[in-house]
Amino acid sequence: MTAQAISTNDLHCQFGEVRAVDGITFEVQTGTLFGFLGPNGAGKTTTIRLLLGLLEPSGGSAQVLGFDTRTQSDEIRLNCGALLEQTGLYERLSAEENLDLFGLIWHIPAQQRTQRVKELLEKMDLYDRRKETVSTWSRGMKQKLAVVRTLMHDPKLVFLDEPTDGLDPVAAAGLREDLVDLARQHGVTVFLTTHNLAEAEKICDRVAVINKGKLLTVGSPDELRLQKSTYSITVVGRGFNEALLTELRAMPDIESAEVQDRHLVVHFKHETDSGTLVQFLAGKGVMIDEVRKGKASLEEAFLALLEEQA
Amino acid sequence: MIQDMAILIRKEWKEVVFRRGGGKQSWVSMLILLAMLGVYLPYMSGSEWLQDPIALFAWAWVPLFMTIGLVVDAFAGERERHTLETLLATRLSDTSILLGKIFSSVLYAWSISVICALMGAVTVNILFSTGSFQFYSPGMFFGGLLAVLLVAIFISTIGVFVSLKSATVRQAYQKLNLSIMAIWFIPFILIQAFPDKVQIFFLKISPMLDANLTLIIVGLFGVLIAADIIVLLLAKKRFQRARLILE
Repeated sequence: MTAQAISTNDLHCQFGEVRAVDGITFEVQTGTLFGFLGPNGAGKTTTIRLLLGLLEPSGGSAQVLGFDTRTQSDEIRLNCGALLEQTGLYERLSAEENLDLFGLIWHIPAQQRTQRVKELLEKMDLYDRRKETVSTWSRGMKQKLAVVRTLMHDPKLVFLDEPTDGLDPVAAAGLREDLVDLARQHGVTVFLTTHNLAEAEKICDRVAVINKGKLLTVGSPDELRLQKSTYSITVVGRGFNEALLTELRAMPDIESAEVQDRHLVVHFKHETDSGTLVQFLAGKGVMIDEVRKGKASLEEAFLALLEEQA
Repeated sequence: MIQDMAILIRKEWKEVVFRRGGGKQSWVSMLILLAMLGVYLPYMSGSEWLQDPIALFAWAWVPLFMTIGLVVDAFAGERERHTLETLLATRLSDTSILLGKIFSSVLYAWSISVICALMGAVTVNILFSTGSFQFYSPGMFFGGLLAVLLVAIFISTIGVFVSLKSATVRQAYQKLNLSIMAIWFIPFILIQAFPDKVQIFFLKISPMLDANLTLIIVGLFGVLIAADIIVLLLAKKRFQRARLILE
């Protein structure tokens, strides 16, 4: 198996005047969880379609599991599982029949198919309701079934478009654990799109941000957070006052200083040591409970990136 | 590819014909059709049923209309329910998806025709026994089955185009029904519209046509085969992942 499960080079996809994907280049390492983040209409789904060989790129190239998306898309689909925008379940069939159908499509022998269906449905706590018609199920149950369907043929790589959408918090947490387990224990590469940035922050090894077809950044969630908030320090404590803020703002290295609900957030012009600030605050009689350096959330970093592009 | 087609045929039949709950309606309509064409009409016609070309029209052609529902569901329905994209993202080739879906409705119509024909023969033999076994002439029986097969392929493939051009199952169903009706009735209407001279000409040549009936039927089969090949090739060209995914 190649070290890179996915590799794109200046990938383009244009529909008329619209550049849905505009020259994106990134790599996804085998056996990792890769989060593909972006607002609605950013080009996430088009990218998945390009990677699955469902769409022909207008320019550039992409390799998935070592196969070229233009010329070897059959091999890509043979080795990948995909949950696209919709669950794509056959609602007039039962859960068992749905999974069995996809087992048949991948030519899994009958006995192995039955075993796999049981194993996957049990894992998702759906086994007891396997005979029920899917149309009678809740949205969350359908979503879980759609996710396990992508795993039916033991794919090397799965594309999941908003997999936890519609799941209750417990089910979503369970699914996240399963995804992590897939990548860590079974070496499956997971390519995940999500609007839930906290989710991406929790489980993804690396994330990419796309907007208006352009790739804004790629890196680990930590790298991304730091990229956009390296020079900020948040101090949680008591004793902040206006005079202190004025004094801080007047310092040459400090860009801004704000207090919000016992949180002092100081943005620096360049990277700095938190010790100096702590010493200064302690000298001013501030009671410090906690100091966080550059720990903005992924969501903040994401929003900053989008703002910067705009 | 045959195996993949068989998987899709099984899926379509399971979903539409044998589905639980909502499937009762399709079972009932199928039973009514079988009772009409396999029992009632043969009972009304007697032994004539096995020789009369009108009977052939009944058991061989009427079930064709049942293909409409299935083919429309297989294409427009799959798109309306957002399952087509998932199917396109599997290892199945465009051709096996297309042919699997077309032949699910073709085989459905063909099976019903065979059952109707056999039931009709059984009904006649039971109710109008002559002491010897009565059956259709080989030409009528096998010709009928071949014709059903060829026309079913044609209708189902036209159904693919209509379904892919329709926003909903209902719209596709209406359009396809109208198209089939037009195919059936336009030739009759056109003949009526011809001037008297032309109609007299047809009447004059009709004994000649009768004398060469076998040749004409073989010719018609040739035309049907050619039409099937053309529409199937066009459908193959139309049914491309990259195009379908954007619709």
